[in-house]
Amino acid sequence: MTLRNRWRKILSYLMLGLTGVCAVVAVVMLFLILGYLVFNGWRSVDWDFVTKLPKPPGEVGGGMGNAIVGSLQIVLLAALIGLPVGFLAGVYLAEYGGHTFAFLVRYMADLLNGIPSIVIGIFAWTVVVVPLHHFSALAGGMALAVMLIPITARSTEQFLVSVPQTLREGALALGASQWKAIATVVVPAAYRGIATGMILGVARIAGETAPLLFTSLNNQFWSAGFSQPTASLPVMIFTYATSPYQDWHRQAWAAGMVLLTLVLIANVAARLILSRGISVQR
Amino acid sequence: MATSATLRAHSPPGARSFFKRLTSGDEIARLVTTLFASLILLLTLGIVWELWIHSALARQKFGFSFLTSTLWNPVTDQFGALPFIYGTVITSVLALLIAVPLGVGAAIFLAELAPPRISSSFTFFIELLAAVPSVIYGLLAIFTLVPLMRDSIGPFLKARLGLLPIFSGPIFGVGYLTAGMILAIMTLPFIISISRDSLLEVPTEQREAALALGATRWESTWHVVVPYARLGIFGSIFLGLARALGETMAVTMVIGNDPSIHASLLAPGYTIAAIIANEFAEATGDLYLQSLVALALVLFVLTIVINALARLLIIATTRRGSSQA
Amino acid sequence: MKKTSLWLGAFSVLALLLAVAEAKVLINGAGATFPEVIYTKWFQEFPKKYPDSQINYQALGSGAGIRQLTEGTVDFGASDMPMTDAQISKMKVRPLHFPTVLGGIVPTYNIPGVTQDLKFTPAVLAGIFLGKIKKWSDPELKKANPEVKFPDTDILVVHRSDGSGTTFVFTDYLSKVSPEWKSAVGSNTSVKWPVGIGAEHNEGVAGLVKQSPNSIGYVELIYATQNKMGYGAIQNAAGTFLRADLNSVTEAAAVAAKSMPDDFRVSITNPPGKNAYPIATFTWLLMPSKFADGEKKKALTEFLRWMLTDGQKYAADLGYAPLPKEVVAKEQKAIALIQ
Repeated sequence: MTLRNRWRKILSYLMLGLTGVCAVVAVVMLFLILGYLVFNGWRSVDWDFVTKLPKPPGEVGGGMGNAIVGSLQIVLLAALIGLPVGFLAGVYLAEYGGHTFAFLVRYMADLLNGIPSIVIGIFAWTVVVVPLHHFSALAGGMALAVMLIPITARSTEQFLVSVPQTLREGALALGASQWKAIATVVVPAAYRGIATGMILGVARIAGETAPLLFTSLNNQFWSAGFSQPTASLPVMIFTYATSPYQDWHRQAWAAGMVLLTLVLIANVAARLILSRGISVQR
Repeated sequence: MATSATLRAHSPPGARSFFKRLTSGDEIARLVTTLFASLILLLTLGIVWELWIHSALARQKFGFSFLTSTLWNPVTDQFGALPFIYGTVITSVLALLIAVPLGVGAAIFLAELAPPRISSSFTFFIELLAAVPSVIYGLLAIFTLVPLMRDSIGPFLKARLGLLPIFSGPIFGVGYLTAGMILAIMTLPFIISISRDSLLEVPTEQREAALALGATRWESTWHVVVPYARLGIFGSIFLGLARALGETMAVTMVIGNDPSIHASLLAPGYTIAAIIANEFAEATGDLYLQSLVALALVLFVLTIVINALARLLIIATTRRGSSQA
Repeated sequence: MKKTSLWLGAFSVLALLLAVAEAKVLINGAGATFPEVIYTKWFQEFPKKYPDSQINYQALGSGAGIRQLTEGTVDFGASDMPMTDAQISKMKVRPLHFPTVLGGIVPTYNIPGVTQDLKFTPAVLAGIFLGKIKKWSDPELKKANPEVKFPDTDILVVHRSDGSGTTFVFTDYLSKVSPEWKSAVGSNTSVKWPVGIGAEHNEGVAGLVKQSPNSIGYVELIYATQNKMGYGAIQNAAGTFLRADLNSVTEAAAVAAKSMPDDFRVSITNPPGKNAYPIATFTWLLMPSKFADGEKKKALTEFLRWMLTDGQKYAADLGYAPLPKEVVAKEQKAIALIQ
């Protein structure tokens, strides 16, 4: 082998080896993040943490019970509003699409998807907080719902479109009306994909902080209804992490661990459901 | 599309028949879903509308000089967007400078070299990185990256490259570089995922042709496959850029909150998203608040433009790739 | 079937959560972080005596407190800077200022190797925050602290990035003692800082100073003591170097206590007394003078009465000074102004 060719071969092994290193670095990053959170947080996730209220600054102890319940409330509200709207919009795009209106909606959905979450927070503030003169879980839920709608719409559309045409034609041939065909044949066929899309969407908004900063604000106590400011895990993590108190740092790690665990479980579950097979053979 | 295309021939025309048709479940279903779909349109237009109205004062008072003024002083009611635009762009560019080589390299490995099982399991883990909430990246950055920056990376850069203006000045630990680093980790999964998909779309004939001509594995990848997939890779970069521009929490926690322009990467700065997050709840006075909304409008336009470019590039690749299959 | 039962489940959880909302009077307030430590303590202790109310206080900064009160999104505000006439004119309902405690702002620092308490002259303090004094080894610092071994490192200045009453009081003091500061920067809740990094709220400044070697910042006393951070003594108008504590802060308000204006808006920085701490301030609760909701008025006026009597007992433990007797008496009469 000539010298040049030997150099080319060495270069090849070197560069390809480097790409392997890049991939390993990326994967290791995930485990480092998880590991760090677990290492710092696992001891602090105890019964107190989950059930107690936060203490005044400087006092040791207390927990984030109100933030956990508050997050659940806000995310539930966002899901109740966002999932049906997104789902039906996705059905429209998949089943009735094809002309310019559908194209416009699809484009706007992608646009909405790309808007930074802080801008959506401003929108929710102008539309809910200002008229009602109140920071509230409702405003926070609305902001998150606005983020959830395009995600759900596009993923629903994607999975409905992947259902083969033969299924639809078969249902129609058997005498079903259009909407019956969609509701009883097409949607159930894409059920797995749609459900995973929804789970992933909800997991994504559950971790959002920026839209909540000036919509649901925060609360020292248990949230008393949807029209009151409500504590939430991401906002508490933000507040505690930037403080000087050792005890608050400890709780921030615990909250981070809880949040990340929930988000990752949802993501892993969604992908496993999906990989277990689309219900229909291609 | 789908079902309606099959049935379109059978619908009676005319306005009177609209109400006749309304009695059937089909048309109700169509109406309902159309309504919800148009909600998406209304929402997006609503957001643009609200941003436009609530920034009116600022736009009237400053006009386009808002974008070029560097003075941000709530006391004298003078507001300029340039420090924040600068901070947003610099941190995002830094993020890309770090994430693109790392990401494209990883994508090449996963698409070209790795056996399918490793490729899919690695991709699975990397895509999980994208699901980690921003505030958790911020939490980690405060306690790991900032001390690292302050105690190791900063002094190292200053010692070796301190003569360059971009590494001058005191080392705070927080600042443009730290924000750029955490943003890099956050945009990495997007670049890897989309680039990998683009690389997988490249037909095997291209690779085989290059190898048949005597190229090494690397030469075939770098000089043939990657250029073939370059549109998709650029698309992934733009997508990463769009995400980095709008990132709020992680950046707010490590940027240093200084509304000025500094040449040094070790200096503190501010981004559009960060100042909105910090100061929106307390902007005393209408001009202050509307200036913040005007900033949001700038960010909005920026992310839309870049997102649109990204999608165009990605669509172009997949269309080209599938047409050649 | 499975899907409908899922939806039913969701709805019942929702209903349950709504039902948890008890029939209490829910009050929301926002404002300064300066008194946050004692306010959160008070709002936890007060319901023990008066269980009908729940007062949620969010420490967003004085600027946010004033802003949110003006917008009407909170029921009361809190601020270390008295509202200006211009700000008051913007409000639909005239706000009343009620001083709650006295506190002191300390220069807190984190210098590796330095464990002694440092002394700061007004000129040195202004110089550091103006960016004129750049290193800890500067001769000016050496002059005021001859026995201290300073490292030759850059001074990292930490200031507030949000609208802060603490900033107002600090810059108000600097404007009084340094003409250069007055013309270059001025005083307000949010100013154009010549140098340094910004942190949100008193906790943010304390957090950043605690974690960053060679840094200096300004916080309310309790944030430095709770986190075992070093803080310096400042030379007052009479020439004495004083650290902030119960006595020096109380002394700072001595003159103001005797001649308190009716609306309670007063500044007590750089007072004349021999043992008066130079950077002390009252902090105020901003109450609307008219409440539409009778329940909220009742709860808040009761809180004010409790605060002026039982509440003051918590102050000393938490590093604040209780209000002077004359001020308390005056306030008790002023509560009647709330309708």
